[in-house]
Amino acid sequence: MDAAIRKQLKIKACKARMGIIEGVFNAKSGHPGGSLSCVDIVTYLYFNHMNVDPRNPQKEDRDRFVLSKGHAAPALYSVLALKGFFPAENLKTLRKSDSMLQGHPSMKYTPGVDMCTGSLGQGVSTACGMALAAKLGNKAYRVYTVLGDGEIQEGQVWEAAMFASAKGLDNLVAVVDNNGLQIDGKISEVNSPYPIAEKFKSFGWNVIEICAHSFDEIDAAFNAAAEFKGKPSVIVANSVKGKGVSFMEDQVSWHGTAPNAEQYEQAMSELTQALAELEA
Amino acid sequence: MADIIKTATRDAYGKALVELGDINDKVVVLDADLAAATKTGMFKKAHPEKFFDCGIAESNMMGIAAGLAASGYTVFASTFAMFAAGRAYEQVRNSIAYPHLNVKIGATHAGISVGEDGASHQCCEDIALMRAIPGMTIINPADDVEARAAVLAAAEYEGPVYMRFGRLAVPRIFDEDYKFEWGKAVVLNEGTDVTICATGLMVNEAIEAQKILAEQGISAEVINVHTIKPLDAETILRSAAKTGAIVTAEEHSIIGGLGSAVAEAVCETAKPVPVVKLGVNDVFGKSGPAVELLHIYGLDAQNIVEKAKQAVSMK
Repeated sequence: MDAAIRKQLKIKACKARMGIIEGVFNAKSGHPGGSLSCVDIVTYLYFNHMNVDPRNPQKEDRDRFVLSKGHAAPALYSVLALKGFFPAENLKTLRKSDSMLQGHPSMKYTPGVDMCTGSLGQGVSTACGMALAAKLGNKAYRVYTVLGDGEIQEGQVWEAAMFASAKGLDNLVAVVDNNGLQIDGKISEVNSPYPIAEKFKSFGWNVIEICAHSFDEIDAAFNAAAEFKGKPSVIVANSVKGKGVSFMEDQVSWHGTAPNAEQYEQAMSELTQALAELEA
Repeated sequence: MADIIKTATRDAYGKALVELGDINDKVVVLDADLAAATKTGMFKKAHPEKFFDCGIAESNMMGIAAGLAASGYTVFASTFAMFAAGRAYEQVRNSIAYPHLNVKIGATHAGISVGEDGASHQCCEDIALMRAIPGMTIINPADDVEARAAVLAAAEYEGPVYMRFGRLAVPRIFDEDYKFEWGKAVVLNEGTDVTICATGLMVNEAIEAQKILAEQGISAEVINVHTIKPLDAETILRSAAKTGAIVTAEEHSIIGGLGSAVAEAVCETAKPVPVVKLGVNDVFGKSGPAVELLHIYGLDAQNIVEKAKQAVSMK
């Protein structure tokens, strides 16, 4: 990946992280951990990969994005705001009763959101439906969906995995945000979905494993997926929950907890410093 | 009466889908390994490129339907009522109804008249489940003519629709030129003593009951409530104001279905009238020949007559 592009993506992702913290802090609730773990990938998709137009969110030939792990909504909202789908000030209204930003993504409220998600396991099926629609209409658009690693404990994910492979949906790319943690603890201990890559392979998917925080690896993975024909692709993205905020990293307690004022200051200070270093 | 035509509403569903496929290139049909039984197999044969079998995975099928609908297609997703409204309830709620997507759920094999398959497949709770979902339209046609008309009308409507079809061949009630009015209950027979609100295969029983009641000097008004949600309360309340008593008849639990919907509408008026409900009386079904089961569970004209008399006596 071009160094200048990589730098820009890092800057965008850092700003997106600030938006996540801003939103969750003001809402006094929400899911910072899993938002921070997938935000590099969401940033990459919106700024360097997908065909979308913030001035025309419903444009027919746009690529689609379904956040199947809907609780990571702050990551999606933060990136959509950066991309210009709506003003960044809205991020502070997250989860409030007059906000366009629902606790979980809703296409009814938010420009740029392609599907209502939040109930785990369901988004991936709708993404399959969108990919099938593209095939049916001979459309070139592609469909992207991000799943949680805990989410793949839902049986519906494997119904969808079987379907996507059986119908040859090579215009679909799923990402498993493998941060290793779910609400009740380590996914390996709660009800292990491992080995993830082998499971998708056996379901007939093209499997790519990467580090979720390396834009070079992310870029290579999505480009490889775009070139792979005949099967859907899944990117098993090994990530760190809470990535980018020191005290949130790899801590299950930050799955669904908002920072207090002091923690907010510390998180924003860390991210501000990181941003300054990136922009230097 | 040898000339009575009997057709299952599921057959009419299959045929109507084929018709739709001929005229509307946005129509896509999904099934979950029951195409022969739901009759979507007819569409599969006529329009194979627009038919997708999702296999035995109803939850995923509802998500596929949602994704297709969000991409501009008019999707008919079909399986048995038990699996459409039961197993995939939450997918219908969250992936289809919450975004108000253009998915038509073709739920066949509803109610007791599934017959021999027994309780595991006899869904008598689907209307109750679907009624509770905001923005869901529920249509329960009375015969094959109405079923066809409802399917064609549903394709023109923008939003989620739950359509309930039966396995059992039922007598044709309506003429071929029957006009299906979206959301409008149909007064089939005017009367003055009691109103019979019926839906699905109980409409024919209500017509029979009206004849029996007439012989006994009771004038019954028969209303075909093909659309249970949104309920045409206006037509029902106007009739109730005239007759002063209501009987509801449905092949569904007495909890949450037509009877509940009518009672809810009636009790919120200044002058409520007695509402007596005939339906599956909060029990599971069992195996047996469909017609025999309908009698065992009291879903016939004779029981409507008894309930009508009861309602009249309560005035």
